[in-house]
Amino acid sequence: MSKIIEGLRYADSHEWVKLEGDIATVGITDYAQHALGNIVYVDMPEVGDEVVAGEDFGAVESVKAASDLISPVSGEVVEINEALEDAPELINEDAFENWIMKVKISDPEAVEGLLDAAAYAKICEE
Amino acid sequence: MEENLIKTCLHDRHVKLGAQMSPFGGFDMPIQYKGITEEHNAVRTNVGVFDVSHMGEVRVIGPDAEKYVNHIFVNDVTGAPDGQIFYGMMCKEDGGTVDDLLVYKVNDQEFFLVINASNIAKDFAWIEKNAYGYNVVVTNESDYYGEVAIQGPKAEETVINVLGIPVEDIKFYTFKTFDIDGEKVIVSRTGYTGEDGFEIYGSHDFTRKVWDKLMEAGVQPCGLGCRDTLRFEVGLPLYGDELAEDITPIEASLSMFVKLDKPEFIGKEALAKQKAEGVKRRIVGLELEGNAIPRHGYAVEVNGEQVGEITTGYRSISTGKSVAMAMINKPYDKLGTEVEVRIRKKTFPAKVVKKRFYDKSYKK
Repeated sequence: MSKIIEGLRYADSHEWVKLEGDIATVGITDYAQHALGNIVYVDMPEVGDEVVAGEDFGAVESVKAASDLISPVSGEVVEINEALEDAPELINEDAFENWIMKVKISDPEAVEGLLDAAAYAKICEE
Repeated sequence: MEENLIKTCLHDRHVKLGAQMSPFGGFDMPIQYKGITEEHNAVRTNVGVFDVSHMGEVRVIGPDAEKYVNHIFVNDVTGAPDGQIFYGMMCKEDGGTVDDLLVYKVNDQEFFLVINASNIAKDFAWIEKNAYGYNVVVTNESDYYGEVAIQGPKAEETVINVLGIPVEDIKFYTFKTFDIDGEKVIVSRTGYTGEDGFEIYGSHDFTRKVWDKLMEAGVQPCGLGCRDTLRFEVGLPLYGDELAEDITPIEASLSMFVKLDKPEFIGKEALAKQKAEGVKRRIVGLELEGNAIPRHGYAVEVNGEQVGEITTGYRSISTGKSVAMAMINKPYDKLGTEVEVRIRKKTFPAKVVKKRFYDKSYKK
């Protein structure tokens, strides 16, 4: 059973969002890391890049395949988790602790349109 | 479940072991059990077992068997000792590859062909059609045989101790037939991993018994995921990636298996011409700078122009490097040539290298 954390917001493409003020921290869910298996590379955006909700902002790669990362929010990337450059497997160890990017979002209310933990849990069961 | 996937005789075992299953060549096959990395390392350092019952088997029997096999096969089986195995391809008149296969010589009048799962129907039609005029009977025995591959430095002791089959005298690329439990079982020293190992062909019942014994002995079950990473690291081609109907063995850098000094075989003229004139493109190895991973279909560029395409790419589990096999246009195929690989929105510098990223350790 995959871990899901209350209070975070989720996209049906298996990213999570934690909103603090106008800064959104984005990662992939425990369900996603489990489905991917051993993660060997995270293709991250650069600080200063604009990301758009619903569009890809990078990719996470297992041994077997690359999966696009879809941004759940729109805004400017203000920080990336550099630890993942050398240790992408950290996501396998704890997908919620090891975020991928922080975005200064242009429209904080849009985050409210994302799934809550209960709604996301239903998607994972399907 | 997609379409009507075929289940191998070990399918229920895979499901019970909790394998991640996926369609491959029309079969519902295990991709991984524990994890690709763990299974890959088990084969490199110890031993692992694969269900390869999806592979196809065709028997050729008759007075013209040797002549006929030489007609459809690019390698040369003339005068080989009984028990010898050959790797090679079947090609079309234009040199394009119908399939790559192993040919087991039982005797002058009997050969056993092992073909790829995804190509069984196509290959058998090709084999039947081209048997016209030869005094041979060809039989598709794919439904009868189950097959397991036991691979790794401890493969020999595992087969001897766990299965009780005396394989110590079987040399690399040879086979023996054993009478076990009232049936004929084929055991060859072959594989698709770059390690020492054996492939065992028998009935479904026999294959299940072999599998269960290996599981009881704690041998790591390995899925097609690591089968691909293992074969890739030692530069072995996969039909559909490095070989295809529109890729010749010469373009796939496999000309050592094409015996142009044979009197005749299908595709000989086209392949001889290609070899004499030189190919316009061929499969090479690439090593990338940095950590990005090249994947099948990604473009290879020089000065922003596409000059080729990745056929297989991984972060090599054994070496940690981002490496690929790629089909590259001349003259960019030369060792040391600097190219760029387009991975999503960016390009990454790469260098042409030998397409062997890890040294084979066969026991010959």
